[in-house]
Amino acid sequence: MALDGKTSDYKQIGTTPDRPDGLDKVTGRARYGADIHVPGMLHGVVVRSPHAHARIVKIDATKALALKGVKAVITRADFPEGLEGEDWDIQENCMAGEKALYDGHAVAAVAATSQLIARDAAKLVEVTYEVLPCVTNVDEAMKEGAPVIRDGAADYSVPEGLHPNVVRYFDTGRGDLDKGFAEADLVVEKSYSTEAVHQGYIEPHACMGQMGSDGRGEMWVCTQGHWFIRRMSAAVLGIETTKLRVTPSEIGGGFGGKTTVFMEPLSLALSKKAGGKPVKIVMSRSEVLRSTGPTASASMDIKMGMTKDGKITAAHGTFRMQGGAFPGAPVDVTTMLAFANYDIENVHHIGYDVITNRPRQAAYRAPGAPMAAFAVESTIDDMARELGIDPIEIRLRNAVKDGTRSTFGPKFGPVGLVESLEAAKAHANYSAPLGPNQGRGVASGYWMNWGGETSASVAISEDGSVTVSVGTPDIGGSRASMALMAAEAFGIAYEDVRVNISDTGALGVNEPTHGSRATYASGLATIKAAEECIGKLCQRAADKWGIDVDAVVWEDGAAKPSGPNAGDHDPLTIGEIAAEMGGTGGPISGHYEGSPTGFSGSFGTHVVDVEIDPETGHTTVLRYLVVQDAGKAIHPDYVEGQFQGGAAQGIGWALNEEYIYGEDGRLQNPIFLDYRIPVASDLPMIDTVIVEVPNPGHPYGVRGVGETGITPPLPALANAIRSATGLRMTGLPMTPPKILKALKEQGNG
Amino acid sequence: MVEINLWSGLRRFADGKDRVEVEGKTVGEILDDLVRIHPGLGPVIKAGVAVSVDGEILPNARHAAVTEDSEVFLLQRLRGG
Amino acid sequence: MSKIHVTTTVNGDEAEFLCEPRETLLDCLRDKLHMTGAKEGCGTGDCGACSVTVDGRLVCSCLMLGVEAEGKEITTIEGMAEGDTLHPLQRKFIEHAALQCGVCTPGILVASKALLEKNPDPSEEELRYWLAGNLCRCTGYDKIIRAVMDAAAEMRGEAA
Repeated sequence: MALDGKTSDYKQIGTTPDRPDGLDKVTGRARYGADIHVPGMLHGVVVRSPHAHARIVKIDATKALALKGVKAVITRADFPEGLEGEDWDIQENCMAGEKALYDGHAVAAVAATSQLIARDAAKLVEVTYEVLPCVTNVDEAMKEGAPVIRDGAADYSVPEGLHPNVVRYFDTGRGDLDKGFAEADLVVEKSYSTEAVHQGYIEPHACMGQMGSDGRGEMWVCTQGHWFIRRMSAAVLGIETTKLRVTPSEIGGGFGGKTTVFMEPLSLALSKKAGGKPVKIVMSRSEVLRSTGPTASASMDIKMGMTKDGKITAAHGTFRMQGGAFPGAPVDVTTMLAFANYDIENVHHIGYDVITNRPRQAAYRAPGAPMAAFAVESTIDDMARELGIDPIEIRLRNAVKDGTRSTFGPKFGPVGLVESLEAAKAHANYSAPLGPNQGRGVASGYWMNWGGETSASVAISEDGSVTVSVGTPDIGGSRASMALMAAEAFGIAYEDVRVNISDTGALGVNEPTHGSRATYASGLATIKAAEECIGKLCQRAADKWGIDVDAVVWEDGAAKPSGPNAGDHDPLTIGEIAAEMGGTGGPISGHYEGSPTGFSGSFGTHVVDVEIDPETGHTTVLRYLVVQDAGKAIHPDYVEGQFQGGAAQGIGWALNEEYIYGEDGRLQNPIFLDYRIPVASDLPMIDTVIVEVPNPGHPYGVRGVGETGITPPLPALANAIRSATGLRMTGLPMTPPKILKALKEQGNG
Repeated sequence: MVEINLWSGLRRFADGKDRVEVEGKTVGEILDDLVRIHPGLGPVIKAGVAVSVDGEILPNARHAAVTEDSEVFLLQRLRGG
Repeated sequence: MSKIHVTTTVNGDEAEFLCEPRETLLDCLRDKLHMTGAKEGCGTGDCGACSVTVDGRLVCSCLMLGVEAEGKEITTIEGMAEGDTLHPLQRKFIEHAALQCGVCTPGILVASKALLEKNPDPSEEELRYWLAGNLCRCTGYDKIIRAVMDAAAEMRGEAA
């Protein structure tokens, strides 16, 4: 599949029409997870542990059940036993068994005729706990004597002698480190840390589940991937997957956090226990922060060697991450991608996945990449300064390109790191004058992207308009992208395409909108399904003309005779063929299913200017530039939107956001007032440059763009602060108190 | 024979080797042969790995073809946000 | 628990509902009047997704009780367009791709309209501070700011 669509001369691709769901979304009509209301509906509320680590001695629901309007109470006893591996992890996270493993862990759930009654009833569920010692910090959790959260959770990879809280161990790399460091003129070693942050989608999790005594069920849910919801819910409940049909609502943000289940299986279990009445559960914001997401926190050691002209000779990284009370911190990705921007012969990574008394981490935009980027790109910045080399220049000297062997093994195909660095260098922001207390930071980042299981259909309507059915929920304008690709393939107007997000009953399995895959994979599927339709449309024309289908071409939305023996026929438009299709062989549709593997990663480079207030330590972001490779931007506005949104989230992670736990293991900032994500007045305009190095693995050259953008901001901000103040901040977030303290120490030192 | 490149942490399950020669015409066949030769790698493969063949990353494609000339790397299982 | 009868005006139409004294205006709009355009993002007045106006004043409807709506004039996102004609802010949000997931959009539109009624020509800084109570996690605010500024210019009769 080498760019077998078109490579230039696009009529639709690259234009910026209004998104098809725009009208619904600016008028309040679009229906999100919590917007559903059905007759006979009950409301569910989850009872959550106030303790970070506690044995559940007894749960007494007598008083709750006595409350008028309460229809069901469930505990772990209502779920099947004997699950294994990740299925067990998911079930245990949805509903605690013997122990509550973190503050906010579900221990019971209640369904009642109103949300107020359900809330009252939840307070009447009496849970007796035996509180146990807890640990929430990754380094503490690995130390001898740290409370053991779950013995036997470690897998094959963990060498003997490590604390039982270390559940996975990674050791990757190649080359000869000793040789590489011996060749270096400059060797720098430094330790870094990043805090856990939440995906922070504005829409809390919401679902409505209905299940009868026959185990058949329906679910409405805000999710990035309803087939995942179906598979995981079925596993937790011990039912066959196809007994459940899942319909996705509009989704109010996900960023990776809505690719798994939390209370969805609980709504189904409550429904079954309440005689099959539908049960709606909507999380509060504090439930979202205490019990879902967040990403992992990390503690890291980096050692890098360079020659005096800035060539990296060796790199070593140790990455310790906690992802809550279950295995799954994205250290696997970190230990693949930490140094992936660069051509390095001698490179080695060590990774530890550590469990702690925190909520089970969920994917967050480029999971595992931003933490490592913070450490590695900060180290490179320090080395560039010491060697007197411009930060873009030092990256150009080491940047990977087509044919470079990656730090994780295979060679890269065409990628856009060099192009993104050159475009950043050429941008006006890179030469804008800086004033006192101001500084500029540069960093690059990478995400390898994803294909994944994909099933899509395209059907021709009787009037020649086109319906596209995909299984990837539209989080950021993907309906518009699909419609553009379909319109391009057919050569018809954008307005003549309708894109539906189908439920689990209408298509084969689809992975979620994750891994930056929707525009790549569902887009490719849409184009392939459209091409199948076009083949059939050409056949109908050939039949009508009495010629061979090989003598028919498809151009501008019509079949045309082509070649010496085709004869003279007027073109047949898609509308003309469609109007007759019932009598010429029946409906015309096309289908695609597969796990496309031609995805290719996206590199980006960010440049940020900051001003540090010496009185308060506050960082003001003055200018921000995102340059990133999109392969081919289908709808450039929404590509820019991904760049800007990723940057804003990274800025929040760098400067402000963090999970703060007390000694008691309770989350201290479970509301948006205290868990403060960037607001409009915190940010400047975010400038963008879309670089296009076409991906040969997509018919139109698309690369996923969603995730890369959150990776460079962490180090870019740190490097800008270093430039403004001389301070190398090695721990996130770089809050005003931390910067102020460092400035004072700098003044004293 | 097809050569599979292992990541460094797998050496301890493969008699210290970081490259193993195996037989097979598909990703599935070469992975099966790898486990036959080095049974210690069984849990690794069972837990899930990605494979790259000539630079193309195959997250889960036992059916994909490999040839004697293919450059094959085992990679850790991948997921996205 | 006895409920209280509330008579109010929503988007120009009289509306009545029964609610418990502890129920929020947001819950009453969404669950009793089935006007689900206002969203609950936080329930603590921090995210602005539930923004409505009450007697012309911008409020977080999650911080107001349903019973306090008695006799008041409430406007919500559902009342922003006039029939088929979108408000310039709504139109500009679509044109500028100022929404990704769209869940914060109703609140931001209501808040922006309230600003432009007070100040038809806000500076970028004034707009950013006015919207600081409306969280958006998707966009980084850039296209939102551009859309509101462009709508304001159009409403002032200036060519965009």
